[in-house]
Parts: sequence; C-alpha cells; structure tokens
Amino acid sequence: MKMLTFKKSRPAVLLTIALVAMVAIVGCGGEKAAEKGGEKPAAGTAASGTVKVAGSTSVQPLAEELADAFMDNNPDVTVTVQGGGSSAGVESANTGTAQIGTSSRELKEEEKGYGLTETVVAKDGIAVVVNTANQVSELTMDQVKKIFTGEIKDWSKVGGSKGPITVVVREEGSGTRGAFEEIVLDKDGKLVASAIVQNSTGAVKTAVTKDSNAIGFISLGSVDNTVKAVKVDGVEPSEATVLDGSYKISRPFLFLTKGKINAATKAFIDFVLSEEGQKIVSEQFIKIK
Amino acid sequence: MNDKLKEKAYEKILLVSAFVSVIIIILIGGFIFKEGLPLINKVGLFEFLLGKEWHPTDGVFGIFPMIVGTFAVTFGALILGVPLGVATAIFLAEFAPPRVSRIVRPAVELLAGIPSVVYGLFGMVIVNQILMTIERTYLANILRPEYQRGYSILSASIILAIMILPTVINISEDAIRSVPREFKEASLALGATEWQTIYKVLIPAASSGIIAAVVLGMGRALGETMAVIMVAGNTVAIPDSIFAPVRTLTGNIAIEMGYAAGDHVKALFATGIVLFIIIMALNTLATVVAKRGVGRS
Amino acid sequence: MMSVQTSQKIAKVALWIAGFSTVAVLIVVIGYVLFEGLLHVNWEFLTAKPKKMGSEGGIFPIIVSTVYFTALTLAIATPAGVGAAIYLTEYTREGKITKIIRFGTEALAGIPSIVFGLFGFAFFVILLEPVTHGWSLLSGALTGATMILPTLVRTSEEAIKTVPLSYREGSLALGATKWQTICKVVLPSALPGIITGVILSIGRVIGETAALMLTLGGSLRMPDSIFDPARTMSMHLYLVALEVGTQPAIDKAFATGTVLIITIFIINSTANWVMKRFISRMS
Repeated sequence: MKMLTFKKSRPAVLLTIALVAMVAIVGCGGEKAAEKGGEKPAAGTAASGTVKVAGSTSVQPLAEELADAFMDNNPDVTVTVQGGGSSAGVESANTGTAQIGTSSRELKEEEKGYGLTETVVAKDGIAVVVNTANQVSELTMDQVKKIFTGEIKDWSKVGGSKGPITVVVREEGSGTRGAFEEIVLDKDGKLVASAIVQNSTGAVKTAVTKDSNAIGFISLGSVDNTVKAVKVDGVEPSEATVLDGSYKISRPFLFLTKGKINAATKAFIDFVLSEEGQKIVSEQFIKIK
Repeated sequence: MNDKLKEKAYEKILLVSAFVSVIIIILIGGFIFKEGLPLINKVGLFEFLLGKEWHPTDGVFGIFPMIVGTFAVTFGALILGVPLGVATAIFLAEFAPPRVSRIVRPAVELLAGIPSVVYGLFGMVIVNQILMTIERTYLANILRPEYQRGYSILSASIILAIMILPTVINISEDAIRSVPREFKEASLALGATEWQTIYKVLIPAASSGIIAAVVLGMGRALGETMAVIMVAGNTVAIPDSIFAPVRTLTGNIAIEMGYAAGDHVKALFATGIVLFIIIMALNTLATVVAKRGVGRS
Repeated sequence: MMSVQTSQKIAKVALWIAGFSTVAVLIVVIGYVLFEGLLHVNWEFLTAKPKKMGSEGGIFPIIVSTVYFTALTLAIATPAGVGAAIYLTEYTREGKITKIIRFGTEALAGIPSIVFGLFGFAFFVILLEPVTHGWSLLSGALTGATMILPTLVRTSEEAIKTVPLSYREGSLALGATKWQTICKVVLPSALPGIITGVILSIGRVIGETAALMLTLGGSLRMPDSIFDPARTMSMHLYLVALEVGTQPAIDKAFATGTVLIITIFIINSTANWVMKRFISRMS
C-alpha cells in the first residue's frame, strides 16, 4: 500500500492553515453582516426586523429578486429566502418556522384546514409544447385531454404526420401537473401511465426538443424557439391571454402566512403586490392584474 | 496524576469521535423509519412492497415497479461496466507502460470526480438521442412505440456503467497488484503466456478483491440519483424490455420530494427505508465476501 | 481451438482497447461539457452576480458559497474523522468495538446520497431548526459532513497505519505520553496522507447535488452567515439547466459545469502533487 512516512512538511501545514482560515472567514462573515445591519441608518422607512421566506424552489429566484429590491428601500429589514419545496413551504408557514411560506401549487384539501392566509403574488402560465418540426400548431382542449390520457396515440389523428405520440409529463404532486390535470382532465381522467415523467421544466423541454413526436407542458416563462407552444382552442398562450383569462391553463404562486403578521412581513408582501413589485414579477412570470 | 487524567480524557474524546459514524447510521435509520414506518403500517407491508400502482396523490402506494427498476438498471450497469472496468484494471496492472498509465490513472480519477448532474446532462442530451435514433431506425418494427423514446433501462445502465468504472477499476487494480509476485513468476517460468498467467493465476487469486469491487460498484449504482432521473424516463411500470423507461427507488424520492405533502412525504421516506435495507444487506454481503477472501489467502 | 500465442495477442489488444475506452469515455463526457460551456466562461461570468434566475450574469456568489460550504463541511467532518482514525489505530486492538465502528463506517459509506438528504431534511432542517435556521449552509454542511466521514476515517487510518512503530517507540522511550506521541510524532508523519483524504473529500462534496437540494436552501445570493441558505455550483448547474431550462440558462449551466470540472481537475492534481511530494521525500 501507499507509504507516507516522513517528517513535518511545510506545504501540508500551510494547507491546514488555509483551511482553518477559510473556516474563520465563514465565522466572521456572520459578524460582519451583523455589524452592517447595526451601522446603517434607517432610510426613512418604518419596518424593521427579519422576514424568513421558505418553500417552493420555483418561487425562490423570484422571491429573492423581490427581496433584494425590497431591501434596497428598507435597509432595516432582512429577508432570507430558502428553497425546500412547496409542501415544506406550507409546513413552514403553518408551524411558524417561516413568516412566509411559498407554494407553486394550490393548497391540498388537508392543508386548507391549517387556516393559512393565501396571497397570490404571481401566475405562471402553462404552455402545451411540441417539437418545432411538428406540423400541428393548434389543438382543442378535448384533443389535449385525449392525448395526455392516452386515448389519442398517433399524431395523424390530430392533423399531424403519422407517428406515435410521446407524452411527457411532470411528477405527481408538482404544481404544474396539478394545474394541468385540474384544468385539462376530467375528475376521473388519469394521465397515460406509459408517459415519460420528468421533474423539471428543463427536462420536459429537452425531451420535447429531442423527440419530434413528443408533447409536454411547461412553464410559459421557459418557452423559447427550441419548442413550439400550441394554441389551445385557438388561444395562443401569452401573458395577455393568461391575464384576461382566455388561456385557461395556469398555476398560482402563493405567499402563505398564518395569523397576525409583523410589520416587516406586511411591508414585504405589500411591496410584492405593489406596481414596482409586480414589474419584477412580470419579467419572468405573469403579474396578478 | 494530572497527565494521566488528561490522557484518559483524550482517549474518551477519541472514542466518541470513533462512534460518530455508528451514531449517525443509527440516527439515519431511526429518522427514516420514524417518518416512513407509519405509512407502511397504514398501507400494509405487502401492498407497499408488491403493489404495482403508484398514485401518491390519490393515496395509492405500491413501489414494486421501482424495486424492479432499481435492480434492472443496477444489473445493466454491472453487465456493461464490470468487464470494461476489470479489463482496464488488468491493463493498468499488467500491460500499460508507465507513460500510458500516467494518462489513464488521472483520467479514472477525474471520471470519479465529475458530478452526477454532468453525467445526467450528457446522458439526457447525447446518449438518449443516439439510442432514440437507433431504436427508430433499426428497431422500429420490433419495439413497441413506447420503447422508442431513448429514455430507458439501457440508457440509465450506460450512464451508471460509466459512473461505476472508477470504483471497479481502482479496487480491482489494487486486488490484482496485491497478488504475490511469486505466483506470476512461477506461472511464467512454467512456460505460460502472459494472458494465461492473467486468467489462470492472477484473476483467480484476486477474485475476492474483484468481487468486492463489483459489490461496491453495485452499491454506487443502486444509490445514484440525479443522473438516473435525467435519463431513465421515470415511468412507473414494470419493465419488460431493456428499452422500457423505468423509475428507480432513489429517483422516486428525488423526483417527488419537492412537492409531496402529507402521506406522500411519508411514502417517500418509506421508499427510503426499502433503499436503506437493501444497501445494508449489500454491505453485509460485502463484509462476508471480504472476510472469505482473507480467510482463503 | 486458438493457439496460445493468438489468444495472447487478442487478449493484449482487447486490454489495450479497454484502457483506451476508459480514457475515451472521459474525453467524450468532458469534451461535451467544455465544448458547450467554455465559450461562455469569462471574467464577468466568474465575478458577477446571477440575474434572472441564473440565466443571465455570473456565478460569483455561487463560487463563494461553494467555498464556504466546502470549508464548513470539512471543519465539521475532519476532527471527527481523524479522531476516529486515531482511536482505531492507536487505542484499540481489533475486537468487538472496532468491528462495530468499522461496520458503522462502511454502512455509512454505502448510504445513497438521497437518503442522506432525507435524513438531513428531517433532522437538521426540521428538528434542529432553532439551531440551524432551517435550510442553511449549516444544515447542508452537517449533511455533507456525514457523507464524507467514512472517506476521512478510512484515508486517515491508512495514513496513520503507515507511520513506523519505531517512531512511536522512540517517542515513548523518551518519556512522552501517548497523547504527546500522537500529537508530536504520529500525526505530523501521517499528515500528508490525511490531507490527501481531505482533498479527495472536497471532490465528493463539490459534486454532490441530491442531498443538498433538500438541505442547503438553494439561494442565489451571497450568504452572510452560516445560517443563510446557499447553493453550490453542482446545484446551480442542475437548477439552472432544469428548473429554468431556456437556452441562455442552459449556456450558463454548461459554463458552470466547465468551471466545476476545472475545479475538480485542480483538486485532483493538488492531491496527487501532495502525495507525490511526500513519497519522493520519504525515499
């Protein structure tokens, strides 16, 4: 085996020191932040304190951008945004470990009993997408339903060229899938069992890009020229059509709070719903009004 | 006196740190069982393990397809990865000139260090695409349309085979190198060729090490998560072809954990229990194999 | 039946092919990532903040988070790992206790990372929330530390075992206590081996994704303290490529992958360099 006997060695010691130093930096990072918070004078706003936002990883990047903009105006408030999943967000709000829980799906029956206040802060349109080589660019809601339940198996049945349809869906529980099922399928309708299951927008998109026979559904904000979003019942999915309600398939991004909330939390939610906040929302998702 | 006390204290501290691993294993087992067992009790052990339907939001929890899927991709990975790995190990130990092994060995190390997400992306974009083309061009009449989509046991096995290569190569090479030189010299002196010496003397003598390499590689393949969910297709169905898409146990947890609520979360922890037990059994097997190897030599 | 010579020749060619296939696989995988990513790596990418969920801008906070996370993980795991190795080599003979410890260490090494994730989520994130503040660098690092502990124990143990007995005997004969001998003689001699183990563990934590998705909190921001959420480069690669998934995002993902692979290459080379230096000094 390897032999490693020799005496003290400088590089090794140096490496160890470097390591310890790195750890020290981490430790000091916390102190510096604390100092920063203490030194800065309030810039004429009332709220102060810490707001912890936890939950959906889909909402997280948006919530962080909103938090950054909010903190520019309110230096006495610290907003931290943690991502762990929608359900964890609901739980965090319910148990009070976070002031705001975020969710990118509607609350489930059992969660509705928690007595949480739901605030819709943004909407995410869900586009039905096909490969760019596909001739089909319009489907009726009924065709979409039949394709995803496995009743229609071939593109030739809906006006395309012959080829078995590859159905790509999101994982069970996901907000995108939940909204899609609720709006597109009947109560007892089930997504076809042989569908490819992916757990992210990007993975669904890759599947559709690579396979000329594929169909999937993804967040509207992620649609670009690598895939083709089909019109459903003649309506093109877009910010405008989701906003006016003519395009039906969308999911809400929720901020969840419980009971009476503190001033900082209220100030943050107010900011998110304000014109300035909604402008940030509309860069990636769809504003609420 | 004081010194002695200190010595005792140090020893106790060290003893505690030695037991950290044991404590963590117990904690991991404890937490996963605590979170997952209530669901297994509710659903019933047999229904959970042998149930073929998985509709977690409707309260239907059967993970049999995932168990089959896990073993299918694992064995696929072993079938593809072990021969190549062992051959590379023999090559490195017996044939490679120093200049060549100076390239191959760091390559193997780098292969081990590449994050699984990178393998996943590679598999999703490149391997699946190639497989799909082959399936649709040459196998179109043989395979069902659902099996012509790239996402399959085969693609997951290919990616996993690459990922277990470093484990298999390193441990097999160590095993081959630790065969006493006299064995080899005696065989060569008796007039055997290098190859005869390798497969009649070296490989049998190193067999327990090579088996250990296979078992460890199997552990890695069973436990891999991110790369597999990106290439396997994640369909919950018992596969009947290597071109069928599958979901693995690890994949089931990683895919659904983000959005799961209530019993669904518990079911994912329960999936973790099954995985935990499989891995522990595999570990025990590895220990037994290793011990037998020591006993023989 | 083939002649002995022919089979020897065929076997030799086959083994050469095997060796080169391994290298070829590496070149294809790495080549693919570098091909897609290298053009998007520039100074701005390394030093700017990410914008628009990571599809624009750079990855500076993510690089810093990766360093913090790695350092914190090692700071937690190294003392326990080396301590365990010292105990196993210096304080016990093989027996029941070592058997239990060894089984624990080996079992831990085999646990899939997603199971570590489930555990870290249930224990560090949820149960220890008052201490760890939920999803945070601390929760992630504690989870990461449990994952690399077996590697650290094993490599440190090997390094300590190679210190010749005569060193210890010499020290003890001069009147040093056991602890003094360990601190002043055994550990310094074993240090390079231990450091190699530490460097190799860095590779493991940097590449980890599954467990961290459930524990680290995924923030794109610069963490202010160990109680803030963060994301590592591997997580960023996954989240940007898959959660966002637009073409600019995928370009950024591959650029992140390029930085990651170069980092891992540097880490591996450092480990080899440390090893080589010590081996050459010894001889």
